[in-house]
Amino acid sequence: MNLSLLLEMSASTLEDRPAITSGSRTLNYAQLDAAARRCAAKFLSMGATGVVYCGTNDASFPIAVFGAAYAGLPFIPLNYRLGDEQLQPLVEANRGAVVIAENAKVPGADPDMVILRSTILDPSFAAVGDVELPPFVDPEDIAIILYTSGTSGTPKAALLRHRHLTAYVIGTVEFAGAEPEQAALVTVPPYHIAGLANLLSNMYSGRRIVYLESFDAQVWLDTIRNERITQAMVVPTMLARVVQHLDGSPADAPNLATLSYGGARMPLPVLEQALELFVGTGFVNAYGLTETSSTIALLGPEDHDAAFAGDPVAKVRLGSVGKVLPGIEVEVRDEDGNVLPVGEPGLVFLRGEQVSGEYEGGSVIDAEGWFPTKDRGWIDEDDYLFIEGRADDTIIRGGENIAPAEIEDVLRRHEAIVDVAVVGIPDDEWGQQIAAVVVVAPGKSVGVDELHTFCHQHLRSSKTPYRIEFRDELPHTPTGKLLRREVLADLLG
Amino acid sequence: MDIKAGSRLACPECSVELVVVRPPSSAVVLTCGGVEVVDAAADRPGGGHADASGEGTLVGKRYADEDSGIEVLCAKPGPGTLAADGREVPIKGAKPLPSSD
Repeated sequence: MNLSLLLEMSASTLEDRPAITSGSRTLNYAQLDAAARRCAAKFLSMGATGVVYCGTNDASFPIAVFGAAYAGLPFIPLNYRLGDEQLQPLVEANRGAVVIAENAKVPGADPDMVILRSTILDPSFAAVGDVELPPFVDPEDIAIILYTSGTSGTPKAALLRHRHLTAYVIGTVEFAGAEPEQAALVTVPPYHIAGLANLLSNMYSGRRIVYLESFDAQVWLDTIRNERITQAMVVPTMLARVVQHLDGSPADAPNLATLSYGGARMPLPVLEQALELFVGTGFVNAYGLTETSSTIALLGPEDHDAAFAGDPVAKVRLGSVGKVLPGIEVEVRDEDGNVLPVGEPGLVFLRGEQVSGEYEGGSVIDAEGWFPTKDRGWIDEDDYLFIEGRADDTIIRGGENIAPAEIEDVLRRHEAIVDVAVVGIPDDEWGQQIAAVVVVAPGKSVGVDELHTFCHQHLRSSKTPYRIEFRDELPHTPTGKLLRREVLADLLG
Repeated sequence: MDIKAGSRLACPECSVELVVVRPPSSAVVLTCGGVEVVDAAADRPGGGHADASGEGTLVGKRYADEDSGIEVLCAKPGPGTLAADGREVPIKGAKPLPSSD
């Protein structure tokens, strides 16, 4: 199994069904397949050893992804927003790869290997004569190299082989199962695992993808209405902006059957408001990691509906990431590696065919095939998985493990607060003390004493922040993950 | 014939094409409409099956034979029905999920 097969099957079965819309252009499955094959021939004619993609979301992205797969080359999407000094080492680490970019000057790239992104969409692109595409791409070959966003340090190159990604797709998606009128709106960046997994799943299910190059709440809503979008995926910061933009009025998205979210922890107040504004839309929370080929657990629409209807158990589970997918096993272990019983928080380990757990330089999968996610969490009695956050972020105060997310969720419920970060700061007496950095909503005001009182009302005293600071904004990754180490550095600096 | 993960197989007589998801753990003869499947790049006379009884083979479905361990994905459909050492190969249960991505 390799990635190009997923498109090849859709192209031969669905042919002229629309596949990709970006701007005013729509490609059908046969056209996308033909463009990807042309691209593959071009890559091979240039002697490429990989395909670096450094651009935004549009039709050139799927063409390049499947072009790389047809050519049997790894696809390496980079964050086009990175500064030159960050981009250059990543480009140089992939010497020999073609570089698809917005303009000809890419730091660290051989100018002869640069392909302008706009030219890929040109039908005359890559008329290179007879270049044979490889008849067999080994499922063991590397399909995608993704530099993980690195909330905790320098980016690491995660390796995903064809077999990991195809196991995810054929294990969770019914081939050609989408109705012809279905369409998915994609705004997650192309260098994120969600953007890649989304492309593969939608192409295999036969669902048209509509790409927006950049996110804007009004444009996103307009596109959902005008393009009759049936499925959309957002990261929490996008949904927060949509909810803020709607300002209490209904979303008016009658065709939107499913709105899925993931990529970072969703603040409950945002989710609760969204459930109220998107009438008739089913919500799905997807949890996964780059190293697990995207989603490994889902909280489905029924769970969201039950919580919205007031079911107390479902309300608690709204804070979970749902149940793990078929074919995925999960274990929660303590620091010494002992498997913990239901309900006890610890380190989350995963196993399954879609789990890669491999980086350039080695695999972190243990002898029994388990991948350490480095997330802390627990499982309830009905197999719902709760994720507290990164193990590294856990605050250990006087021997007690404290998840920053629990305190952040409380502070976010304060009407004057729009964003918050809770971190542990070194303390001689307690080991660590809890510090909260908050962003106050425009036009609102609140003092430290009031927030202390608010925390005391909702949290045990050991979980009440010792120090509270105010900032105009907090540092986030493009997908909305909080950069805690920057918050901490700011506090200590 | 060497059946490894990712190998592409085809029916010599009908339009069925397969991709090996999981190779067999023991030797097995995989047939389509009673005819042994071949490497997809091999010669395919394509005369059709004399006996096209059975369900045929459906695109996008996974077929798994428990005894031999072989699992294939149908990449192109056709009237021939798959069998492993004469046993009909059942469709492996699909597990479609709510769209997460």
